[in-house]
Amino acid sequence: MAEPMRIRANMTGDKVEVRVLMAHEMETGQRKDGSGKLVPAHFIQNVTVTCTGRTVLSAQWGTSISKNPFMHFRFKGGKPGDKVTISWVDNKGERRTDEAVIAGG
Amino acid sequence: MPSPRLAALLIAAALPCAGLAQQDTQKEVERYRQLLAEGNPADLFEAKGEELWKARRGPKNASLEQCDLGLGAGVVKGAFAHLPRYFADTDRVQDMESRIVTCMVTLQGFTPEQAMKNPFSAPGRPSDMEALASYVAGESKGMKLDTPLAHPKEVEAFRVGEQLFYRRAGPHDFACVSCHGDNGKRIRLQDLPKLTDPNDAQKIFTTWPAYRVSQGSVRTMQHRLYDCYWQMRHPQLDYASEASIALEVFMAKYANGGEIRAPGLKR
Amino acid sequence: MDMGKRGFLRAGGALALVATGLLRPLRAFAQQWNKAAFETKGIAATLKALGGSGSTESAQIQITAPDIAENGAVVPITIESAIPRTQSIAILIEKNPTTLSASFDIPDGTDPFITTRVKMAETSNIYAVVRADGKYFHAAKEIKVTLGGCGG
Repeated sequence: MAEPMRIRANMTGDKVEVRVLMAHEMETGQRKDGSGKLVPAHFIQNVTVTCTGRTVLSAQWGTSISKNPFMHFRFKGGKPGDKVTISWVDNKGERRTDEAVIAGG
Repeated sequence: MPSPRLAALLIAAALPCAGLAQQDTQKEVERYRQLLAEGNPADLFEAKGEELWKARRGPKNASLEQCDLGLGAGVVKGAFAHLPRYFADTDRVQDMESRIVTCMVTLQGFTPEQAMKNPFSAPGRPSDMEALASYVAGESKGMKLDTPLAHPKEVEAFRVGEQLFYRRAGPHDFACVSCHGDNGKRIRLQDLPKLTDPNDAQKIFTTWPAYRVSQGSVRTMQHRLYDCYWQMRHPQLDYASEASIALEVFMAKYANGGEIRAPGLKR
Repeated sequence: MDMGKRGFLRAGGALALVATGLLRPLRAFAQQWNKAAFETKGIAATLKALGGSGSTESAQIQITAPDIAENGAVVPITIESAIPRTQSIAILIEKNPTTLSASFDIPDGTDPFITTRVKMAETSNIYAVVRADGKYFHAAKEIKVTLGGCGG
C-alpha cells in the first residue's frame, strides 16, 4: 500500500488553499535498471479532490509529472473544519485516499 | 597538482564573474531553487521516519523511543543540533546516523550489519535510515548547531577530520580542500562552499540531510561524504566509519551557530 | 437494513458488484484517462488530440516558472488563467517524448490556478493550454534545462 500523502489545507481569505505532496515513483517506463532492463511505467493517472461531497479539482496525469508529485491549488466553498479528500489511481490500479481538515486562516 | 583539465575547470570557476550573463544565470538558478522550496518531498520522509521511530521492530520488538541521541533517553527534539558528540556508553564520538544504528542494535536487537544494510536508497528500494535521519534532523529545525569540542575524543576526531580534509590522495591528487578550500568556487552551476569559512559553512552544512531532486530521495551527510569520496576517486568511505564522523566533527566546528534548516531541498 | 438471510445476501451481492467495478457508488470516481492525448508528440498533434487545434495565443494565461531548471527531473511550474469561465488547464512540454504532461479540470468555484512539478527531457517550450467556454487558448514559455555539476 502506498505511503500517505501530506496535505495542508488552510483558509486564505474566503478560499481554501491546498498543498499536497504525494509519495509515488512516477516511473516513466524509459529508465533502465542496473541490469539494463527497462523499468515499466508506473505513474498516477487520475487525481480527484473533493470537499463536502463536491469535486473541486480533477486531473489526468502522464509520466512527466515529477516523482513525489506536488500540487497547489485554491477553491471556494470550504471552511475551517471541513475535510478535503484527495484520491489518486495509478496505471497499475493502485490507489490511495487521504484527507485533511481545513485549518483556519 | 590536480590533473590539468580539472585544474583548468577549478581555476576558471574561481575567476570573478565575467559579465552580466553569469550573474543572470546565477539569479535564475536561485529562482529555480526558491520555486522548488514549497512542498519539500522531504516531508514524506520525515513522516515515514516518525512512524519508523515509534514502531516496534527487530528481535526485541521494541521502538526507538528510548534512544539516547545525546540529550537523554527518549529526547529527540534538539538532539541533532548537538551531533556529532562523544557518548560514554559506546566510548566514542558518534554522529546522528551511527547513533541511530547504535539504538537499533541495543534497543531493537538488530545486528550492526542488519541496521546498516541499506543506508542509501535506490529506486524501488527505500532506505529506513534516510527516513529516520529526516525525522531526527527535522526535530532540530530552527535551532542553532552547537556541537561540543571538549572531550579528548572529540578533539581527536576534529584533528583526524582536519588531516583528512587537507590530505591529497588518489589518482586526481584531490582532497576535500581542492573543491571546498576557497570562496567563490563552483563546478558548472553548483556553488562550492568554503567549508572552513563560517559564512559559508553555517549556511550550507546545516541544510543536510536534504531531499536531492537529482537523486529522487533524501540524502544524508553520510551519503554526501561517500559521494565526495567517490568523486575524488578516493577509496570507498565506509558508512558511519570513524573517518566519516571525524570529517563531520571538523566541518561542524565551522558551521556551529548556523540555523538548522534540515531536511533541506537541493538539486 | 433487512438482516434476514435474503437481505444479507442482497447487501453482500451489491458490495461484490461494487468491488468488481460493475456497480458504481453514486458519486462515481471518474476514471477517464485520455490515452490518445498522452501518446502524441509535438504541440500540434497534442492539441489535435485534445480537440484544441484552433487554439489562439492569449496574454491572459500566466506561466510562472524559472528560465533555467537546474534539474530537468523536477521543474516547478504555476499556471494561472484570467480568461473567464476557464474549464481546464493542460500542460504541454514540446520536446518531451510524449508532449502532454497533465490536464486539470477546473469546476466552478475553483481558481483557474495550478502549481505542480514536471519532468523535462531537454530545453523546451512549455505550453499552458486553457479551455474556456469551449474555446482553446495557450501561452508558452521556454525553459532551459541544465544538469547542475557534481556535488550538491
